[in-house]
Amino acid sequence: MGENSQQTLRANELLLEAIRSPEQLPMLSNADWELLIRVARRVRLLGRLEADLSSAGLLDKIPAKAADHLRASRNVIQHRKTLVTWEINRILWALKGTDVPIILLKGAAYMMAGLPPAPGRLFADVDLLTPEGNVSEIEEKLVSKGWYKMQLDPYDDRYYRVWMHEIPPLRHRERGTEIDIHHRILPRTSRLKPDPALMIGDACPLANSQLKVLCPADMVLHSLVHLFLEGDPVEGLRLRDLLDVHLLLQHYGQEPGFWEGLVPRAKQLGLARPLFYGLRYAQQFFSTQIPESVLLEIRGSRPYWPVRALMDFLVPLALLPGHPDYPKPRASVARWLLYVRSHWLKMPPLMLLRHLSYKAYLRFRGINKKVDLAQLDLRQQ
Amino acid sequence: MRVNDCTAVQIKRLLKSSEFNVQLGPFQIRIFSNIASLVPLLSQLYHFYPVVRQDSISDLHIKIAYPRGLRHWYRRQAVFSIDGGQPFAPYAIEHAFPALEWGINWCIATRAHHLLMLHSAVVERNGHAILFPAWPGHGKSTLCAALVFSGWRLLSDEFGLVRPEDGVLLPIPRLIPLKNESIDVIRQFCPEAVIGPSFFKTRKGTVAHVIPPEDSIHRMDEPAKPRWLIFPRWVANAPLSLEPIPKSQAFLMVATNAFNYEVLDQTAFRLVTDMVKDCDCYSLVYSDLNQAVTAIDELTRSNHG
Repeated sequence: MGENSQQTLRANELLLEAIRSPEQLPMLSNADWELLIRVARRVRLLGRLEADLSSAGLLDKIPAKAADHLRASRNVIQHRKTLVTWEINRILWALKGTDVPIILLKGAAYMMAGLPPAPGRLFADVDLLTPEGNVSEIEEKLVSKGWYKMQLDPYDDRYYRVWMHEIPPLRHRERGTEIDIHHRILPRTSRLKPDPALMIGDACPLANSQLKVLCPADMVLHSLVHLFLEGDPVEGLRLRDLLDVHLLLQHYGQEPGFWEGLVPRAKQLGLARPLFYGLRYAQQFFSTQIPESVLLEIRGSRPYWPVRALMDFLVPLALLPGHPDYPKPRASVARWLLYVRSHWLKMPPLMLLRHLSYKAYLRFRGINKKVDLAQLDLRQQ
Repeated sequence: MRVNDCTAVQIKRLLKSSEFNVQLGPFQIRIFSNIASLVPLLSQLYHFYPVVRQDSISDLHIKIAYPRGLRHWYRRQAVFSIDGGQPFAPYAIEHAFPALEWGINWCIATRAHHLLMLHSAVVERNGHAILFPAWPGHGKSTLCAALVFSGWRLLSDEFGLVRPEDGVLLPIPRLIPLKNESIDVIRQFCPEAVIGPSFFKTRKGTVAHVIPPEDSIHRMDEPAKPRWLIFPRWVANAPLSLEPIPKSQAFLMVATNAFNYEVLDQTAFRLVTDMVKDCDCYSLVYSDLNQAVTAIDELTRSNHG
């Protein structure tokens, strides 16, 4: 094995082991800590390590230097959490008097519902799901209470309105926080077409609030859709999304009826394939406990073996960060291929071709080089 | 071991093997580079800094290198990267050094959220520190450079690093970057100061770096307690004025000019409140550096706690 491969393996093992068994972290050498901090930062899981160590009471058993990095990460997460909580409070204030169902998605949902993925998770913006017929009403209300529609070029605006599953983000004039309003979880043009009415209809209300969150099975499925279909060509598939899925499965798996309902629900929404992959890789990387019967049930939805073999080759490359000083060209290719795959699933081929060539044209002209400093800062965590 | 214990060949080897691991205040920074012109600059400007060799955890992994592939040859550029990511557009190769210095500051400012980071110069004498919080262009680096060559110890010209546990200031005595006219001002003020080469037409104009006094670097693990808050402003031809200001105003000026006040939330509020309570607060307007240094000297001798 070449040095690159050895280093990649070491970095990935260190990260997965840290997530699987945080209680072993006090045994790490300084050299391992140095690498773990870099790798965990890259996949934005430093905060998760902090949360795990802190709940096990082990924060003072690790080197002070490492603890500094974890504490820094915790402070940023705590700050984002405050911002997101306040933003949700303001959204409810702005929408007072309407009885439109507002369903929180992803981070905000985990936080407000007090679910296991919440501790140590970095929050970006607030994502909401609401029936399509209510979108313009909500948008207008928010705009009249201090949010504004982000200025997009006509191509991007049209892209959002005609093809996408969400409207262009709204941003608050003073706070700068963003709200993404979704009316479905995948673009209209997508080949997978989970019926939003089913998901909205089965959403669970949060106590003492107009807010709702997706029902357990839908929450898992949405997280998987996000993992496999909203990738990034450079960052690759997000390991933290798979970790969310693992933690949700562990948590809801204790509830009666969850496992029995999961595969039928995935089939009903047309999301059996992402569920197959999700269960497969959660088990592979996080040793998720999944009942044998569920694995048997989902077998029927697996792809043929050449596709399976290809995914088994690409997914770990795109999902795991590797060693920052020994980047593997093949991992970059895998990340790019899975990104193209996600677009392939979301758009008909001709439209995809048109979209990608337009974006490539912009990159060529150097137009797309706008740097969002706030996002850049966030990526540092 | 310190950088000046190394020969140019050793520095080059350390840079190429990512073992150029320098201690800059509370941070250990590993620098990788294959740019040969950086070797004499680091050898000259970093010579007092310790090179860490023992088994310890480095905080930042910075690379400043030629671009990969063809661009290496047809464009003479330096690319700054941290952990494999490139936060900035490439720099002209002549500006590799100022880019490295500026990039390290950016990395600290965006990452070290375990500390409260004020945007302030800090100097110390007899265990008491003065903070000079200021906006860019207000002459904080120039004043700071003048003071550290007038008997004050440099803690930082840029970061007021406050430790949340006890509110003390942690030194990070980095090179002091001077811009444009300030370079000659400091040359005249303290001819003994060692100033590195001037880099022309950088993104911030002409920049040159002052090496802090050796003593400031040796004592970089010695924190100091805040005692004065002085808000400086350089105004051409203005008569010197050093006036007390209300603590409420000082509080606002410190809080709104920090790198991460919001991130630390309640902790930041507590730290800044305590700091303002413990400090005498002044506003300083000056045009003549000698007058400013004398006034600060008199002020701090007369009410020396």
